[in-house]
Amino acid sequence: MQRYSGFGLVKHALRHHEDWQRQWRNPEPKTQYDAIIIGGGGHGLATAYYLAKEHGITNVAVLEKGWLGGGNTARNTTIVRSNYLWDEAAALYEHSLKLWEGLSQDINYNVMFSQRGVLNLGHTLQDMRDIQRRVNANRLNGVDSEVLDAKGVQEIVPIIDGSKRARYPIMGASWQPRAGVARHDAVAWGFARAADAYGVDLLQNTEVTGFKILDGRVVGVHTNRGDIETRTVGCVTAGNSGVLAGMAGFKLPLESHPLQALVSEPMKPILDTVVMSNAVHGYISQSDKGDLVIGAGIDGYNGYGQRGSYATVEHTLQAIVEMFPIFSRVRMNRQWGGIVDTCPDACPILSKTPVKGLFFNCGWGTGGFKATPGSGHVFAATLAKGEPHPLAAPFSIDRFHSGALIDEHGAAGVAH
Amino acid sequence: MFHIYCPYCEEYREEEEFHPKGQAHLSRPEDPDDCSDEAWGDYLFFRDNPRGIHHEMWVHAQGCRKFFNITRHTVTYEILETYKMGEQPTITAETNTARPAATASSADDRAATEVKGAQGVQA
Repeated sequence: MQRYSGFGLVKHALRHHEDWQRQWRNPEPKTQYDAIIIGGGGHGLATAYYLAKEHGITNVAVLEKGWLGGGNTARNTTIVRSNYLWDEAAALYEHSLKLWEGLSQDINYNVMFSQRGVLNLGHTLQDMRDIQRRVNANRLNGVDSEVLDAKGVQEIVPIIDGSKRARYPIMGASWQPRAGVARHDAVAWGFARAADAYGVDLLQNTEVTGFKILDGRVVGVHTNRGDIETRTVGCVTAGNSGVLAGMAGFKLPLESHPLQALVSEPMKPILDTVVMSNAVHGYISQSDKGDLVIGAGIDGYNGYGQRGSYATVEHTLQAIVEMFPIFSRVRMNRQWGGIVDTCPDACPILSKTPVKGLFFNCGWGTGGFKATPGSGHVFAATLAKGEPHPLAAPFSIDRFHSGALIDEHGAAGVAH
Repeated sequence: MFHIYCPYCEEYREEEEFHPKGQAHLSRPEDPDDCSDEAWGDYLFFRDNPRGIHHEMWVHAQGCRKFFNITRHTVTYEILETYKMGEQPTITAETNTARPAATASSADDRAATEVKGAQGVQA
């Protein structure tokens, strides 16, 4: 792999940028792999990378039915934070945040991780009590977090409407300074390039059409490019996880919903942090390119169509204008939808399944991007050892029968 | 934006008047105390999540406030029929296989697919 560096950039500039190496190969599928990852998004590529790097398993293929990072990795609002309420969730997301902090160096790819802080606003007395509870829980778990009053919010974001005239006046917020945003495409490309360098085969336009299962154990997959043998399969397919589980003959407690987001026309820098509000239901940040990146909740109905209803977009923008009247005349540039796999307790599933050798990493719902490196890291360990990584263990699919749910609905201070 | 035919109001109204309420035709276990953990967990948390024809419950929250059912395609989002609580769908994934997914049916067709007098038990 050609290493990227400032010096290299200058060197290539002198040669008119004509001999950059391809970032990854485009190989033909082999007939057998030690492990197969289904889904070439951020989580799948991160899993492949950590399998190769941490566990020395390099005879690995990532099967992607479209192109790398073309699903929810390309469709989210890029927020990274770890201020979750429950111990299990905080541990997983904090593990991820720590990996984010060294990621650009680790994979030699600038993922533009910018720790600009995240505010989770409170608009009611109950919001503020929940925020205090969550911040206390965060601090006990070693997650940086603090409670701000309305004045503190206004100091960080002077353009926010902190007046009492607002319909839902801002009473305060939780503030996580280490949180921030990252460049979503770069994350997928960076992991892809780094995994490819270890010899992982990234197979695009390769759709899995079924599993070969013998005596309750997976022994291969059927694809549109022929059958491939393997005894370890990790499914990391977000909204389509339920479809793949159906192919393997079991059900997952997931429902797939459209989640929409939109960006405005590019503007000069005006918002240098991330603002989220559960009560008025919207979140916003400004990308390095200058556009406002805006999102809110899912469309309530099930859908695989990668699009939602306009009413949802309207509600999202109402929330943004409620918080930022200054943005009322900003024009929106693009709007899109992704398919998110929501879990009943708003926490992911990282789990073994009834089929031996077949593992699922899914159910991240509306908040998977922030977990990309952590999810890949613990899932790779799970695949390598055949047993859940300690951080992944509480996220077993068994919890929906044992009742040991990790209920992050609302508790995470986020609009789910 | 969906244009939904409410089988009680008997007219098409905009999606914003309605709320989706999840999978239709779920029946609560007769005796929850006698349920295994598996059966109870399945009832509480495991839902059909098909990529295709789906039967779901909606409520006309800002209209008649009644619950009813919709048969809808989850990729094209086409609403194939709406029917009252207690009734059964006429279009299912099995019966619909011959039919191309995205054929647009007229308003009259859709209204005509209501089932009369069908029996069914549901919450």
